[in-house]
This record gives sequence, structure tokens and C-alpha cells, in this order.
Amino acid sequence: MVDFLKYLPTLLEATVMTVEITVLGFPLAVAIAMLAGTGRLARSRLIRTVTRFYVEIFRGAPALLILFWGYYALPHFGVTLNALTVAVLGLGLNAGAYGSEVVRSALLAVPKGQHEAATALNFAPRQRLTRIILPQALIMMMPPFGNLAIEFLKSTSLVSLITITELTSRAVQLNNVFFRPMEIFLLVMIIYFVLALVMTAAIRTIEARLNRSMGREGRLS
Amino acid sequence: MIWDWDYAWEILPRLGEAAVVTIQATIGGYFLALIGGLVLALMRRSPIRALAWPAAGLVEFVRSTPLLVQLFFLFFGLPELGIRLSPFETGVVGLGLHFSTYTSEVYRAGIDGVPRGQWEAAKALNFSTYRRYRAVVLPQAIPPIVPVLGNYLLTMFKDSTLLSAIAVRELLQAAKIMGSDNFQYMEPLTIIGAFFIVMSVVSATGISWLERKLKPRRSA
Amino acid sequence: MSETEQRGKPPPGETPMVRFDGVTKAFGELVVLDKFDLAVPKGEKLAVIGPSGSGKSTLLRVLMTLETISGGVVEVGGEPLWHMERGGRLVAANEAHLRKMRAKIGMVFQHFNLFPHMSALRNVTKAPIHVLGLDKAEAVERGEALLRQVGLADKMDSKPAQLSGGQQQRVAIARALAMRPEVILFDEVTSALDPELVGEVLTVIRDLAHEQDLTMLIVTHQMGFANEICDRVCFLEGGQLVEEGPPEQIFKEPQQQRTRDFLKAVLEV
Repeated sequence: MVDFLKYLPTLLEATVMTVEITVLGFPLAVAIAMLAGTGRLARSRLIRTVTRFYVEIFRGAPALLILFWGYYALPHFGVTLNALTVAVLGLGLNAGAYGSEVVRSALLAVPKGQHEAATALNFAPRQRLTRIILPQALIMMMPPFGNLAIEFLKSTSLVSLITITELTSRAVQLNNVFFRPMEIFLLVMIIYFVLALVMTAAIRTIEARLNRSMGREGRLS
Repeated sequence: MIWDWDYAWEILPRLGEAAVVTIQATIGGYFLALIGGLVLALMRRSPIRALAWPAAGLVEFVRSTPLLVQLFFLFFGLPELGIRLSPFETGVVGLGLHFSTYTSEVYRAGIDGVPRGQWEAAKALNFSTYRRYRAVVLPQAIPPIVPVLGNYLLTMFKDSTLLSAIAVRELLQAAKIMGSDNFQYMEPLTIIGAFFIVMSVVSATGISWLERKLKPRRSA
Repeated sequence: MSETEQRGKPPPGETPMVRFDGVTKAFGELVVLDKFDLAVPKGEKLAVIGPSGSGKSTLLRVLMTLETISGGVVEVGGEPLWHMERGGRLVAANEAHLRKMRAKIGMVFQHFNLFPHMSALRNVTKAPIHVLGLDKAEAVERGEALLRQVGLADKMDSKPAQLSGGQQQRVAIARALAMRPEVILFDEVTSALDPELVGEVLTVIRDLAHEQDLTMLIVTHQMGFANEICDRVCFLEGGQLVEEGPPEQIFKEPQQQRTRDFLKAVLEV
């Protein structure tokens, strides 16, 4: 059983790449989600339609397919990206599409009275959005975004299939050498589990901070 | 445009065959997930700690870890235990296991949504636990959650692409093989992409329709 | 002029602060305001009463530009609200015109609608800073004075979630006043409050009624209050102005049967 731990150093080294992709890709996904989520509710029909297309395409296509497409098909259009870029962009656009629905629902969930009060005070439409509606929507977005973060972390395992060496591919490599699949893959799952716990704790802290700024104790949902 | 229409036409039959495998794997996994999820949900609600805790632990652990790793775990690990499954079977089991942890949460939400009074009425009428669930709780718990469960079918459909990593001849694997044969990846990948996207849009509409149909008709 | 035509007309020679001229508002098949005529002179405190669905809230909401109109003309300070004058004709107003007109009107809502993520003071200063362009110090000075005026000097940094309903509504009034509107609308502002909190809000409104130049439209069920502070009372039913006149007339000697029926039902409680 102590054997277990001999795999740890090399797995942890590969975990750095997993963390790197997450740290690069998830904030990107959040930014895209904000843009797309508000875009879906824009006044301009053009923006609404374009955003809708983006969401349907990157939500409808499986993440792994997006990665493959970016890595193997894109070069045919003259755009050759390295694997890491494909990974971050691909996973980011995919998660961003799911995230945009979260943003959209949260924006729609802000009570109508808030829009009316803002209108009555003669705020311009953009001011209404950024100063009054969005801050309130932000709190509602946190729990689903927390889940999205965990999903993103898990999706980084897919990049092992487009030649990037991160935690999952390192595990496969190790298994090909040592032939101890149960121990190796179980250990890998534990590492992912720990990472997930850390991410959840981080998100809960942000959520708590936001709740405090609304003068409320405890969680919203 | 470097799109080769002839090639695209040519590969459709092979993609069609692979699509069948994709659908079979998805449905098989979904079936397992529906049953497994209910079992896990009921276990978690059990007053017997030896049932409830392991179930809770399993659900949290499996949900927080990548499906791909679990597939590798089963694919490479089961033979060590003397269990010889085909890649397809392993894939179905992997999908089913992974997603039963998700569906168990959905079942829990549905069961929690049944008003307390129903449980009390069942108790007052002296129903056995089995009868209580079968006749009172589940019939009320399930309809509201059907759309969410339907959504997971769609998710599993998309995640079936991961089975390509354990050599199951589904759509993505077929595309990979075709691509590596003559280095023309674009057509197969794009066709599959379009296929998934269309399925996704169609299902979403279907699920919304389902949601509206199943809206609980409560008296005001 | 027949009596129906006499209703709603201002004293001759003076431009009314608010004027509804044949205003119709329909939601699909449902007609909520039916060729509505009303003129409100500057500085008048007008009570608007009537059964639910009579169009009283819609009247205010149309004025606050929260609802469009299906027909007729609304004027504020002599200028059309939902229309613009273009080459001698009236065309539908654009956003810029609406914003210009909106600046003259303020509203206090039944459900307060305070911004939950801001303190009471910031609720009051936010719009003056970002809409009127006041600098922060000026806005804060104005806000603090208003909060003191409504009796919440010690609650300036509290968040809405920490305030009672009555306190929240008083902040809402301060917030509306901070924009220095010429007309202020009160849409059933005590209906959502627990009975013991109603008084503190009515006190604030009563004090406000002393401001000569401020035109106030008050939709309310508080008949005693309307009787006490209002110059004129309008009774609405079915989207029409059924009767209007000074409180003594409406409450003691209503001329119309419908008015009598309504008051009887309401005051029976």
C-alpha cells in the first residue's frame, strides 16, 4: 500500500499543468459568459442572434469534439494553434457557453421592481445594467458558477487526448510502465477530489463576501 | 473553402454505423444511470448509516472526479479483478456509474419536493416503506424531475465521445480513424459536430415542451 | 360644457403640471385606461382612489414612463410626455426626450424597490451622482439632509435588509426627493406595510404636503389620510374618471352612485 505514494511526486508534477489550464481557462470562461449572457438580452437583434449562435454551437458540441476540432480540423483553415491554446480556448468557449445561461437566468431573476426603480430615477439603460441589476445578479450566479468551476476542472482531463501532459495523461503513462491501474487511477481521482474541494472552498468564500456586502448573513440559496 | 463534398458524402455511411454505437452506448448508460441513481438516492435516505454514508461518499467522490479517469480506471482495472468486459460494455458501465451519481441528486430533489403531509398520510394509513414509496412518494416525486432527467440523457449523449479513449467505435473514434487514414479530419469532425449541435437544439426544445406538459396542475 | 366635460379641467389660464388628454391604455383586449381626461395644477396634492383594476396604478405608471399609452396625449409641465413636437406635428417620443421629461417626475413604489446592495445613504445619492451629475460631496450632503428629514439620521449606513418596511419606504421617499422632481407619485406606498408601520410613512408624506410647489399624486386606500392632506380626490373605476372634487365632497357627499358604492364597501371595514 505504501507503493501508492511513490507515484505521487510525478503525478503532482503533472497536476501543475492541470491547475495551469484551469487558472487560464476558467476566468476566460467567466468573462465570455458575462459577455454572452448580457448579449443574449441585448436590445440589438443582431447581438442577440450572434450570441445565440455562439451558445448553441459551443454548448451543443461535446467538449472533446471541440478540442479535437480545434487541434485537427482548424489547421485546414490555415489556423494552427498549439495544444495548450486549443485547450484553454476550447474549454473556455465551451464552459463560457454554459456559463452564459447562468448569467442570463440570474439577470432575468432580478425583480422587475429594481428595473422600475432605476428607470424612475432616470438612470440611462447602461447605468441600470451595470450599477443596479448586475451587482444583484452576481450573487445569484455564484452557486451555479461554483459547479461550473468543478466541471471545468474535470474537463481538463480531456486535454490528455490532444497530446497535453497533465494529470490524466501522466496517469496513463505511469500505468503503461507499472501496470497498477487501480492504485494509480484511484490516486489520481483523489487528487482531483482535493482540487475540487479547494475550488469549492474558494468560491464559497467569494460568495460569503458578496452576501456580506448585501447586508445579509448566511447563504443566499 | 477546402471542404471536400465528395469525401463528406463518402464517409456518411461509416459515420452512420458509428452513430448507432453512440446511441446504443448512451441509452445503455442512461438506463443504468436511471436505476443506479434511484438506488443511490434511496440508500442516502435510509436511516441505516451503513447504507447512507457510503452512498453519500460515493456520490460526492464520483461527481467530483473526471469521467475520463473513471473510464480508464474501469478499462484498465477491471481485468485485474478478473472481470473481462468489452470496451463497449466498460463504456456503458462507466457512463452509467458516473451519471447515476448525478441522477441520484435529481431524485433526491424530487423526493424532497413531495410535501410533508404526504409522508404523514402514508404513515397514518400504515403503509409499509415499500408501499409508501411506490404508491405515494415516487409518483409525486418523478414528474417534476423528468425534464432534468431528460437533460442528462443529452449530456450523456455528448459525453459518449469520451468512450473513444477506450477504443469504443463510436462517432468520435470513427472520425479519428478516418482522419488518421488520409489526414482529412475536417469533414468528419465537422459533420459530427453539426450532428451533435442539431441534436442538442432539438432536445432542448423537446425538453421545454416536456416541462410545460408536466407542469403540476395544482389547485390554487 | 356638460358636467362630464367639466371634470378634470384646470382653472382657466394656468398650464396644468400634469395633463391627461383622452389617454387610453390597453393590454391586448383589456382596456385599463379609457379616454382618460385629467388636469392637475401645479402644487396640487391629488388623491387617486378606486377599486383594484380601476387603472389607478396604471395612471401613475404611464406618467412615470413605465408603461406606454395606446392613445391620447400626456403632458407634463405643458410639454407632451410620450410624444415630441416635430415640425408642428406630434410624433412618438424617442429615448432622449423621455429621459428629459422623466427628470421632472419621481415615484415611490408599493414594494419600495430599494437597491439591496447599497446602504440607505448610497440608495439616495446614487442617482444624483450618476444621473444628475452632482459631485459626491454635494450628493452626500443632500442625501444626509433628506434622510434626516424622513427621520432616519441614524440609519444612513444600514442596508435595506436591516431596515423595517416603514424605514425602507422612508428611504425610498428620500431617494425620490433627492432628484428634486416637480411631480412625485405615490403608488399605494403603505399597502405592503404592517399596520403599525404605516403611520411613520404617512407622517413623512404629511410633512411633504406642506411644500407648495411640489405636485403630488397619491394612490391610496387610506381614506382618512387622503381626506386630511389632499386638495382634491379622484375616484376611478373601469379606467374612467367617475368623480372628482374636494375631499369634503367626495367623502361626505359623493355625487355619483358608483362613488357611493365604493366608499360604502371600503369604509365598512
